[in-house]
Order: sequence, then C-alpha cells, then structure tokens
Amino acid sequence: MLDIKDRIFTNLYGEEPWDLAAAKKRGDWDGTKELIAKGREWIVEEMKSSGMRGRGGAGFPTGLKWSFMPKEDDGKPRYLVVNADEGEPGTCKDRDIIRNDPHKLVEGCLLAGVGLGATAGYIYIRGEFHNEANILDAAIQEAYDAGLLGKNACGSGYDYDLYLHRGAGAYICGEETALIESLEGKKGQPRLKPPFPAMAGLYGRPTTVNNVETIAAAPTVLRRGAAWFSSFGRENNAGTKLFCISGHVNTPCNVEETMGISLKELIERHAGGVRGGWDNLLAVIPGGSSTPVLPKHICDTAIMDFDGLREHQSGLGTAAVIVMDKSTDIVKAFARLSYFYMHESCGQCTPCREGFGWVYRVMQRMVTGDARIEEIDMLQQVTKEIEGHTICAHGDGGSWPIQGMIRHFRPELERRIEERLAAARAA
Amino acid sequence: MSGIEIAPDHLQPDSFVFSDENLVKAQTTIAKYPERKQQSAVMPLLDLAQRQNGGWVPRAAIEYIADMLQMPSIRVWEVATFYTMYFLAPKGRTKVHVCTTTPCWLRGSDDVVKACKETLGIGMGETTSDGAFSLHEVECAGACVNAPVVQINDDYYEDLDFEKTKRLLDSFKAGDPPKPGPLSDRRGSEPAKA
Repeated sequence: MLDIKDRIFTNLYGEEPWDLAAAKKRGDWDGTKELIAKGREWIVEEMKSSGMRGRGGAGFPTGLKWSFMPKEDDGKPRYLVVNADEGEPGTCKDRDIIRNDPHKLVEGCLLAGVGLGATAGYIYIRGEFHNEANILDAAIQEAYDAGLLGKNACGSGYDYDLYLHRGAGAYICGEETALIESLEGKKGQPRLKPPFPAMAGLYGRPTTVNNVETIAAAPTVLRRGAAWFSSFGRENNAGTKLFCISGHVNTPCNVEETMGISLKELIERHAGGVRGGWDNLLAVIPGGSSTPVLPKHICDTAIMDFDGLREHQSGLGTAAVIVMDKSTDIVKAFARLSYFYMHESCGQCTPCREGFGWVYRVMQRMVTGDARIEEIDMLQQVTKEIEGHTICAHGDGGSWPIQGMIRHFRPELERRIEERLAAARAA
Repeated sequence: MSGIEIAPDHLQPDSFVFSDENLVKAQTTIAKYPERKQQSAVMPLLDLAQRQNGGWVPRAAIEYIADMLQMPSIRVWEVATFYTMYFLAPKGRTKVHVCTTTPCWLRGSDDVVKACKETLGIGMGETTSDGAFSLHEVECAGACVNAPVVQINDDYYEDLDFEKTKRLLDSFKAGDPPKPGPLSDRRGSEPAKA
C-alpha cells in the first residue's frame, strides 16, 4: 500500500482548501524558480528517467513526448495544451485534481512549459465541469497575482502565460487533435496525423498535449526526483497513479496507489470490496470503457499497470476500474457503452459513424437474444472493420469493449439467443 | 449528433447584443487568444449568449457572434450544432441532465430517470408546460465514483437513488435547492465511512 508520505495528490478529497496559501503548505510552488533554472533539457531528461507514462489513457512516455518539440527557438509561439476534457466512462480523477489541488496543475503547466520551450499554455476543460473551471480560473489568477505566472514567472526570467478554455459537451474533444480544432473555434473533428502536434498543432505551431494528471504530477516528480518516482511500480510501469473505482463495490472512490498493485487488493483495500464479496464478482472493466473487460478468473490475479493488463489483451487506460457483480446484465452494460460510442462519434469517418450505429442496433437485439448465432461473429467482424480504419482512436476505443465482451461472454450471448429460439418454438 | 432542435421563427428575437457586463466578459475572453485567432473565442461566447438569453442561443446571437469574431456565420452554426451543451431552442429554466452511461447505470441511474420523470411529469427531452424544468439524458458526466449523478444547471448532485432524486427535485421546485455535491455522508470522492 502506498505510504501517505509518498502520495502526490495529498488533497485529493478536498479536506483542505484549494487556494494558494494552502497549496504552498502542501509543498506546491516550492523552489519552482530553482527547478526552472535547471533548464529545459534537465526537465525533459528528468521526466524521461522518471519513467512517467501519460496518464490520459494511451500511456506514451512523457519525457519522450516532450523531447519531440523543436529544439531551436524561432521566436514564435509554441504551446502546451492540457487535456482536461475528462469523459472516458468510469474516469473522474482529473476533476478531483482541478477542484481540490489546482495549484499542482498550474505549477505543472509552468514547469512543463519550460520543458517544452512553450510560450503559453491552454487548459481545455470539459464544459460540464463548470464549478471546477471556476476554481481553476481562480487558481490561475492567484498565481498571476503572486507573480508565479506571466512575465518573469516566479522571478525565473521565463515568460509564460496560462489560459483556461471551456468545452461544451463532446467526448471526442479528448482526442488531442480534435481538442486543438475545438480550441481553435471549430467543430471537434480529429485531424489526420502527420503532421503531429509537436510539429504543427495549435494555430499551426509546435504543441504538446498532455493529460491533467500527467502535468499535475510533474512538479512533484521534478522536486522529489526521477529516482523517487521510478522506485514505485515495475520496470516500464513506474510511479503512483490515481485509480477511480466505480460500479458494484461497497465504497466507490478515487485513490492514489502504486502502479502494479493487484486489482483484487485495489478493490478490497480501498473500495470496500465487491458488493456481496469477491466471489460475487462477474467482471471488471479495468481502465475506462475503452479497455476490454476481464472476467472474474482473470481479475483474481490481474496486475494494474500497462504491461500487466496488456498481458490479458486489455489495458490500463485511464485506470478507471468499473466493477460488475453477478447481478449485472453484462450484455446490457455493453449495449449502453455501444450507444455511448455511437453518440460521441464526430461523424467524420464512415466506419465509425455508420459502424457504431450498426453495432448499437445489433447489441440491443443481443440483450434480448433477438439475433442469430452467426450474428455474433458478424458483430466481431464489424468491429474489426471499424478498428484501425478511422482518423482517430475513437474507432478503436469503441470496438475493443465489444470485442472483449465477445471474447469472454460469448456463451452468455449464445444462451440468450438459444433461449429465445426455444421459447419461440414452444409457443 | 443528429436531431438538433432549432426554435421556430416566432420564438426568435429580431436582434441580440451582449449586455454591457457580458460585452466586457466577451472582450476579456477574446484577449486570451493570439491576435487574429479570435475565432477561438466562439465557444465561450456562445455560452455567454446562452446564459444571457435564458438558456438557449437564438439565431440573432449566432449572427452577432459571427460578426464580432469576423467569421462566416456558417462556422458558428457548425460549432453551435456540434456540441451538446448549446441549445438552439428554449428549454426549461432549470435543466436536469441525467447521466445514464454504464457506470451510473450500474449504480441505479434507471431509478434516477424514473424519479425525474415522475417528479417532473415529463419524459426525456421534454419541458414542463410552465417552462420551469426540462429533462435531458447525457453521456458520461465524469463523476463515476459518485454515481449515479445528475447535473442541474451548473451543479452536480451525486450518490443518488430514487428517493434522494425525488427530494432533490422537490427542493428545486420549492426554490430551495441543497448544496451541490454528494447527497450522502461523503464530501467528495473518498470512500464512504463504514
């Protein structure tokens, strides 16, 4: 279990105020000027050797991503964009950082900005988080008033501006290029890559997009050192991580833990165990709705990190653990997710726009068994035709849950179809 | 992203301008973005217009914002119709958004929906005849460990069930809504005490 003194997010539950004075007492904004003085290269190298991988779902190594920004300064703007468009079903960790510990994020934006050679940062927060946005806006203002942001930020000689931008309800804007489009005042439809944002991002300028948790953890990683951070978790899966445990547990919660904790320990230690006991577990979606479901026998031993879950053809994603006990209509649970992916398709690519509508309609029939056995394979095949055939990862993210369901719960799908057939024959 | 409802002509005001206060807010917002990139302000300005106009964006506001940001009005229409938080027709003064995505559904969002329908006497997507409430289904609200949740106007109410939802809406009807957040013993996302 992660020792309290090793937690990065010490005010996750908002037991203390979020404001600058309280944040400083918690250790934020301590020696920021000195960290900046160590220079851009040091910051990037330290992030690289910490082993931090992006906390937004894809798990790309953070230091490496930062190193993609052009080295030479052409005197024109370059940007850090922070993805606070949290909306992957199951995920609600960034919200806690923003409302309870916003200065971790604000300081992180400055330090990451230095590491990227950025002139300004934009935080894109989902529109529904209205009260959270107000807090973050006030925290940014506090930082300006205290000379921590703006010209000569923290007295470091570095000029850096930070702005908040509110979204207006579109899951797809969590995709980094859709987010950039939206920030430019357009529909949130993803861009073709390349060019990657590090070359041509916001307003065509070099841009790095990072998740809230990644950026908010950065100051602590830099202060306590790469070796401290990488001492947690297994190789290639370093650090501590916020987990969101929802669904059929006794005490759903957010919690920071070490990477590599076992799924069972995570649920039993922090979320009060599965409702009705571990043996009442049916399945777990381990990392937000896009990651394939794990049936109980895999949950018994699953390890919560990138490699541990990849071993089971799933993923850590955002580390949002959705627990389903034996009372769950598993097919309905996935039918609802397929509705989500249909609803949130931006409509740009045909396989995703048409495919997820098709998937949802078939899934509705699968719930009642009003289908033919061979349609299970057809459903699988359609998701394979969506996956990898779209501009962005929405096509993949909506296909994987269905594929995971078929992989582990095919007998349940067949049972419903056969039961319905038998009932029809009897009638 | 289909089925956008646009208010009929007789409900559309002839003109729209920001109030003095909102004009200052609009200018502050535009200044957040680099020169000649004022189009970036389209989303916050649409939100501002919607708030000023009682919860929906009239056609005149779209033209007004297009003008202000020097962008073709079709580009503003594209934005206004893409994002789910903009309403282009009048809705209830109090908008009740119920999350029914899987994490909320697992914790009983069906009961929350039922309580909303019963208490308000309307179906999903409908507005009460006095214009006080409208009911909306939303996709994942991002508060899953406090499921099930509803968002009422700007505020989240969490850890709900059938009875709590009824009481919550009754208190809104009485004009005395509770403090936003979990309607349980919890402060936020910490595990409930045993």
